[in-house]
Amino acid sequence: MAAIEILGLEKTYLAGFWRNRPKRALFPLQLTVEDGEIFGFLGPNGAGKTTTLKLLMGLVFPTAGSARILGHAWIDPEVKAQIGFLPEQPYFYDYLTAHELLNYYAQLSGVAANQRKRRIDEVLVRVGLTDVAGVQLRKFSKGMLQRAGIAQAILHDPKLIFLDEPMSGLDPIGRREVRDLIQELKAQGKTVFFSTHILSDAEALCDRVAIIHQGQLRGVGAVQELTSSVQGKIEVTWYGTQIPSAIKALGAECHSTGEITRVALNENQQDAAIDALRRDRLRLISITPLRTSLEAYFVEKLQCAETSAGAKA
Amino acid sequence: MSARLWHIASNTFREAVRDRVLYNLVAFAILLSGAAILVGQISISIEKLVVINLGLTTVSLFGVVIAIFVGIGLVSKEIEKRTLYTVLSRPVRRWEFIVGKFFGLAGTLVVNTFFMAIGVFVALFYVAHKFTRPDALIFVALYFIILEFLIICALALLFSSFSTPLLSAVFAFSLFVIGTYADDLRAFAGMTTGITRWITSGLAYVVPNFSAFNVISAVAHGEPLSTVLILHNTIYALFYSGLALSGAVLVFEHRNLK
Repeated sequence: MAAIEILGLEKTYLAGFWRNRPKRALFPLQLTVEDGEIFGFLGPNGAGKTTTLKLLMGLVFPTAGSARILGHAWIDPEVKAQIGFLPEQPYFYDYLTAHELLNYYAQLSGVAANQRKRRIDEVLVRVGLTDVAGVQLRKFSKGMLQRAGIAQAILHDPKLIFLDEPMSGLDPIGRREVRDLIQELKAQGKTVFFSTHILSDAEALCDRVAIIHQGQLRGVGAVQELTSSVQGKIEVTWYGTQIPSAIKALGAECHSTGEITRVALNENQQDAAIDALRRDRLRLISITPLRTSLEAYFVEKLQCAETSAGAKA
Repeated sequence: MSARLWHIASNTFREAVRDRVLYNLVAFAILLSGAAILVGQISISIEKLVVINLGLTTVSLFGVVIAIFVGIGLVSKEIEKRTLYTVLSRPVRRWEFIVGKFFGLAGTLVVNTFFMAIGVFVALFYVAHKFTRPDALIFVALYFIILEFLIICALALLFSSFSTPLLSAVFAFSLFVIGTYADDLRAFAGMTTGITRWITSGLAYVVPNFSAFNVISAVAHGEPLSTVLILHNTIYALFYSGLALSGAVLVFEHRNLK
């Protein structure tokens, strides 16, 4: 069973004083997220990521289309007991302490009274807020608020977790912890749908990603597939800064960093390069196929979109 | 009442307490004790009249100000600060959120009124040195004040569900003022003819009739209040606040939380 099925959800806002200027925030979106996967929803700022998440959470109503979450209609309030949501740049009731906030959310999520304290203590430990559990949230830093936000999203042990820019506001250690947490959630069999514009996070974590730009889906696929398309090129690295004349003759540009030199060559130049290194008694370190990075794929999709928009204009 | 509704109501009450809304009790205590000491010294045999009038009017005014200014922020503040996102992404119905907020604010006002009522009775005992049977009518006046608060809370929530805090405050306060003179508006409607009569009569019956709830002067003079009035006011307040609350729910159910 798919964890999320988005069936042509679209959103058009009416702008202007008389609300007569339609502004399309999301074009009809078809997307399926499988059970148990980490799915990255990528796009630049203002691409429609948050609108999609708000639609799925029932915070805004779609102009058309529908969705199914965990096999139920997305507007079914009961399905929400099985999902967790971290909004972008979360802000909470700042007059509450972290413990009180989590207790309130546990009550609203229907966590049994005899399990609340245990669950709250567990998630406070998990996000590293145990020491400040009794401190009012108005005294929290941005990073601490983000941690509280993550805690409330996983508090009720949901099957599906939506995270909107979960690394936002976190320091490098915090980001690492969130990455570990997301992987831990996957290991527990949970589905994680997270939006981000930080591609390295997506590349490190996601099983599949979708790219959205200007409200339109531009591409979707497994990260491994997107980044494993060999470009017919290899990278050769060896010890030393000496560059064999035979490699120079191939016309490729060599780069030396410290005691290591690397060069990108066509696949059919591989044997010539190895022979040249052997002749000059240089020690070969590696020959690796050059892969497309997620960033390159992302930029390509965005450029395609802009080119086609320019052509239409 | 559903458990979620109760949790939202108690959180609203906690917010009011922690945001120091109940600090108004200090101002009330200072005002009333000062007034009691002053009238005790300068007035002759009308001390009770002054204390009851001043005390109950202050209870009403302080409560109205809290109902309007807290009420108008109940929904808009949650949207503006986006605290609503993490509430509505849980198994919470939108109507439960609105009704929970209403009960939370109403509860705050009842507690506030309870402590102010203690202040009124203490001041009364200070100037009269004893309680008499007609003093029990103060409870009826306080009950009417609370009914008045229910209507204002529901109206503030209604305006807050679709308008900005500033406009909501203007609407709610205007309705309170017009409603206070609803009897005069009805009398004026009776004196007009034609379309003016239709409009003023319609307006007079649409605005909340707060003048029916104002029995402070009668209570201060020890005049009896009929059971029918209590019954009518109870039904009217429940009906009017229920209607305004339903309107707030209806608007909020269809609102996009951008």
